[in-house]
Formats: sequence, structure tokens, C-alpha cells
Amino acid sequence: MSNLVVDKSKVPWWVSNVIVPLVNLTLALLVSGLFIFIAGENPIEAVKLIIYGSFGYIQGFAYTLYYTTNFIFTGLAFAVAFHCRLFNIGGEGQAYIGGLGVFLVAINLSFLPIPIVWLLSICGAFLFGAAWAYIPAYLQSKRGSHVVITTIMFNFIASSLMIFLLVDVIRDTNQMAPHTVKLPEEIWLPSFEAFSGILGIKIRYSPLNLTFLLAIASLFFVWFLVWKTKWGYEMRAVGHNTQAAIYAGISPHKNIIIAMCISGGLAGLLGVNEILGVSHKIQAGFPAGYGFTGIAVALMGRNHPIGILPAAFLFGILYQGGSEVTFEMPNITRYMFVAVQGLIILFSGALENLFRPQIESFFVRRLNREVNA
Amino acid sequence: MEFLSDIASLINSTLRISTPLVFAAMAGIFAERSGVIDFSLEGKMLMAAFVAAVGSYYLGNPWLGLLLAIIVCVCLSMLHGFASVTHKGDQVVSCVAINILIIGLTTALAAAWFGQAGLTPTLNEDQRFLEIHLPFADALRDIPVIGTLYSDILSGHYVFVYLAYLSVPLVFWIVFKTSFGLRLRAVGENPSAVDTAGINVFTMRYKALAINGVLIAFAGAHLSTAVNANFFREMSAGRGYLALAAMIFGKWHPKTALIACLLFGFTDALQIRLQGVELPAIGEIPVQLIQALPYILTVVLLAGFVGKAIAPNAIGQPYIKER
Repeated sequence: MSNLVVDKSKVPWWVSNVIVPLVNLTLALLVSGLFIFIAGENPIEAVKLIIYGSFGYIQGFAYTLYYTTNFIFTGLAFAVAFHCRLFNIGGEGQAYIGGLGVFLVAINLSFLPIPIVWLLSICGAFLFGAAWAYIPAYLQSKRGSHVVITTIMFNFIASSLMIFLLVDVIRDTNQMAPHTVKLPEEIWLPSFEAFSGILGIKIRYSPLNLTFLLAIASLFFVWFLVWKTKWGYEMRAVGHNTQAAIYAGISPHKNIIIAMCISGGLAGLLGVNEILGVSHKIQAGFPAGYGFTGIAVALMGRNHPIGILPAAFLFGILYQGGSEVTFEMPNITRYMFVAVQGLIILFSGALENLFRPQIESFFVRRLNREVNA
Repeated sequence: MEFLSDIASLINSTLRISTPLVFAAMAGIFAERSGVIDFSLEGKMLMAAFVAAVGSYYLGNPWLGLLLAIIVCVCLSMLHGFASVTHKGDQVVSCVAINILIIGLTTALAAAWFGQAGLTPTLNEDQRFLEIHLPFADALRDIPVIGTLYSDILSGHYVFVYLAYLSVPLVFWIVFKTSFGLRLRAVGENPSAVDTAGINVFTMRYKALAINGVLIAFAGAHLSTAVNANFFREMSAGRGYLALAAMIFGKWHPKTALIACLLFGFTDALQIRLQGVELPAIGEIPVQLIQALPYILTVVLLAGFVGKAIAPNAIGQPYIKER
């Protein structure tokens, strides 16, 4: 190991940002295959099912993009906070509360012109998510409570709060199950079928809707914010070296709060997709683990929007293809894909340096040889 | 007398509920005193619960199940060490990875092996730990005060309850009174000084993580082979995080961490009793609020309204030996 000291400036960008992540991903998927084998199913068959389920037919592909939408939001949420060295594990709770924001705005202002309702609902989702992230941020910066523990606790608290609201306060009293009434149909976000209908293609139901474009816009928003603004620079400075940032006159407190609020707000946007786009009501537990998957998405995408887009798409494939697998293979449940996420976080996050020195020195030596030859 | 026996049963359940927290907090003290953050207590506890339940079911003996759980938890601790000590990966990321991996893997395997509900089969009396009744517990019950104290509070617990409270002085002795403990604390405070003194920082951190794995296995086995007779999905329910919060609140010290664990246990014991009870002036508290009490308490305690916590100096930083 010790003879593999690589001059970082000589390593081409595509080696550290494309080759190494791909090697790590491959390792994670190989171990996942082993788990599927232990569970008593054939991993190669599972891969075939995943590819068929996510690409094989247009409805399946639409589902893949619908999941991708959710993962872009939660992936960006984790990434923004991470640039300030904050581990926002609370995407799940922030998304839950964000959903409450969407619903309350949409149901109370549904008389306004439709694009304005949409815009205000999106703001509602963002603000509610941001507010839920504000308290852990404040406690981290002022009291030093570790943000990982507080955000996890806020997930539990959000879940209790929402169940309380759904059971006792905003429940649709005509139904037994704890969910709200449906939003009026006029303000639903247009679905993919509506668009494809205009183009003359008939497809069956899919949950893909206009929120997908909002997710793409969020990628640009985060890129601009983090890399092209003074605030983004300050935030990364705090994350990189807090002492140096203080010395340069940058307030860590302010940046921690802003980073966490934007992070929580992005997680909250998941509510737009789920409530304004798909189910049109709040159901108990609708964030269904998307918040946690966002961690894997962000780490795989190296916390950059350019990386998060393909990572979110990959998880979209895993989710949609995975549901095909659970349908066809009785021994595999959706929890197997939770384990796969854990492996991806392990190999592309914690163990990202496992083979990095070897791979980088391999390519540097090869390139040197070409130059000398 | 009614009141007294109420109090006794509240203390009794506090002791029982705190047990996994105490093991986890002691496990956390070893890891964090050596400079390695351990949020993965949650995942390891869950894994131990799964392995202990499956192990005792197939081997017919809860002690063998516990042994398997210890082996698996030590392996997970070694994985954490491999990622964050040897390869200098981010410690928090490593913990999050382990937690998510375990939540998925335990339930997926339970479903694959024992059916879709993700439960392991119910253990019979030979396959699980039973309550231990101390000698003369029944005979002494009628003596006032002493009888209640001995028969209703001290007697009738699972073996893990006694082990948990015995582990606290043991951990205190190891960490503060032995040369191993001195080195352990030094590695967490100033690893380069320890390295200069000729002690291998990496070996020390791996040893600390190994002990951490052993202790956390007891917490998991308590959940699935003592208080419950099977494993079910996400049965650790945030206890690993609560224990970590208790440890931080206890300033990385066994005695104060124990008090914090008991406080959590008491809140939990109380919340079970408060459900559905009409309180004077307030009325019935919503059950969801009561259930959220331990989590709210964690946030409040961590916010350090009772004094600021100072972590070991080198915590969270991988040690890089200079050439």
C-alpha cells in the first residue's frame, strides 16, 4: 500500500470521478448478488427481471422516471447539507412534513388560478421541509447536538406528529383508513398519460407527472447555488475548514442554518411529487424510505448534481425493477433492495478509498508510459 | 400499598427497558473513547437480535444464539474499523451504511427463510432466556418494603438485566483503572502522542471495536431471546440512537451514562402507563405524543440544557501516520 502514493494532480478527472465510482458500484452489486443467492434465488435471473421491469415496457419506464424524481430531491437534499459537512439523515421526516405543507396550501388556496396554486404549493412544501430541518440545524450550531442523532429523532417525531394529525385532525372522516380527503381534481399536476395522449400515444396509468421537470430544475438550482454563488462558496468553506472560514469572516452558524434549511426544503419537494402529482392526499408513511435512499444517491453521485442525476436514475431502475423481482421471486422482498442501498453507501461512501490508490496509480503509470513513448 | 406496588412495578420495568440501552451505551463508550464514532449501534443491535433468534431456533440453546450474535457483531465492528480506521473512510457514512444494510438484510433474510411477514419463528422455553427468580423471593414477598424491594424489583429479571448493571462497574474499571483503559482514552484524545510512545493506534482502535461488538450483541439478544421470543422487523426501534444520546449526555462516562439510560428507560416505562390515562387539568394526552416522548427527551438532553458535552478530542478523525 505505502508505495502507492499518487500525485493527485496527475490523475485524470475521469479516473477519480467515473472509473473509481463504477468499480465501487460493481463491488456493491456483486455482494448484493451474493445476498440474493443466500436468500435462495438466482442473481442473474434477478438482474434480467430488473432490466425488463425498468426498461422493458413504456409503463415500467415511466415508473422508473417517477422513482428517479423522488431520488433527485432526496439525493440533492443530502448533498447540499453534506457540502457544509452536515449529515442530514432526516430527509424522511422533512419529506413527510413537506407533504403536509403541499396539502395545506393546495387545499386552502385551490380557488386561485392553477399555476399560482402549483407555485404556492411548491413553496409550501419547501418551507415546511425547511422548517423541520431548522431545529436540528439550530441545535447543531448553537448547542453542538450531533445533527445525525437529532435528525433521526426528528424522523420519529415527524412520524408520530403526522399520525396524530392524520388520525385526529385532518382525516377524511368518511373513510376508516388514516388519510386526508383528495385534493380537487383541477389542481392535480398533469400526468405523463395526459402528455402522451396529446402526442397520440396511449399508455396505461403511471405515476410519472410534471414534478419530473421540477426535479431537473432543482438539479440546476443546486448546481448554481453551491458552485456559482458567494453563499455556496461560504458554505463549502465552512464545511471544508470551519476554523479557516471563521478567520475569513464567514459565520458558521448562518451557513449551517441555511444549508440545513435548503436541504430540508429539497427533501420537502418530494411531497409535491407524491401529493400534488400522484396520490392527491396525504397517506400515513408516504415517504416510504425515499429519504434514506437519498443518502445512497448523493454518495454515489459524489454530491454533485451531474452525478446525482445518473445515481437517482440507477436507483429508479433498482426500485422499479426491484418491484418486478419481488413480484416474480417469492423469496425476495423489497427489504432486499434496502440492503442493496446499504451496500452501495458502504462501497461508494465509506469504502470509497478501497481500491482508489491502486486504480489511480495504474492509470497514472499507463499515461506516463504513453507520454514517454 | 397499591401505590407502593405501582412504584415497584414501574421501577421493575424501568430496569428491564433500560437494559439494552445500558449495553449499547457501554459499547459506545469503548468505540468513542478510542476516537471512533459509532452510530452503527442501532444496526448492530438489530443484527444481534436477528442472529440470536435464528441461532437459538436452530441450535436449541439461547446461549449458542448469543455466541453467534457476538461473533457477527464483532465482525460488523471490524467492518466499521476496516472502512473507517484502515481505509480512513468517513466514520458517519460507514455507520449509516451498516445501519441501512442491516435493516434491509435482517428483514429480507427473515422473509426469505421464514415467510413474507419477516418474523422469525417463536422460540419455545428451551430456546429462550427465562426470568430468574432469586432464592426466597416468594417467601420474603410479604415483608413490607424489603419484601417489595427484593421480590418485586430485584428478583424476576432476565439474565441480561443483571449482566447489564454488572457491566457498568466493569467498564468503569477497565476504562479508568487499567493501563489498557489509559491507552484507550489516550488514543481517542491524542493519537499521535500515543503513537510516539510506541503504541499502535490502529490495533488499539480495533481492540476497542471488538469489545464494542461483544457488548452490543447482549443488547440485541435481550430483545429477541429474552423479552420477546422472536425477531421482527426494525425491532431495535431507535434504541441504538437513544443509547448514544445517553452516552453523550453522560459525557462518555459509564456512571453518568447509566443514569441517562435509566432516565430513558423510566420515560419509556412511564409512557406505557400514561396511554389512555386522563390527567387532571390536561385531559387525555394523544397517544402519539406519549410515544414520541423518548425521542423528544433525546433531543432535549442532547441540546445540553444540563451542561455542554465535551467529546474525546480526536473523535471522528481517521489517524494518519506520518511517514
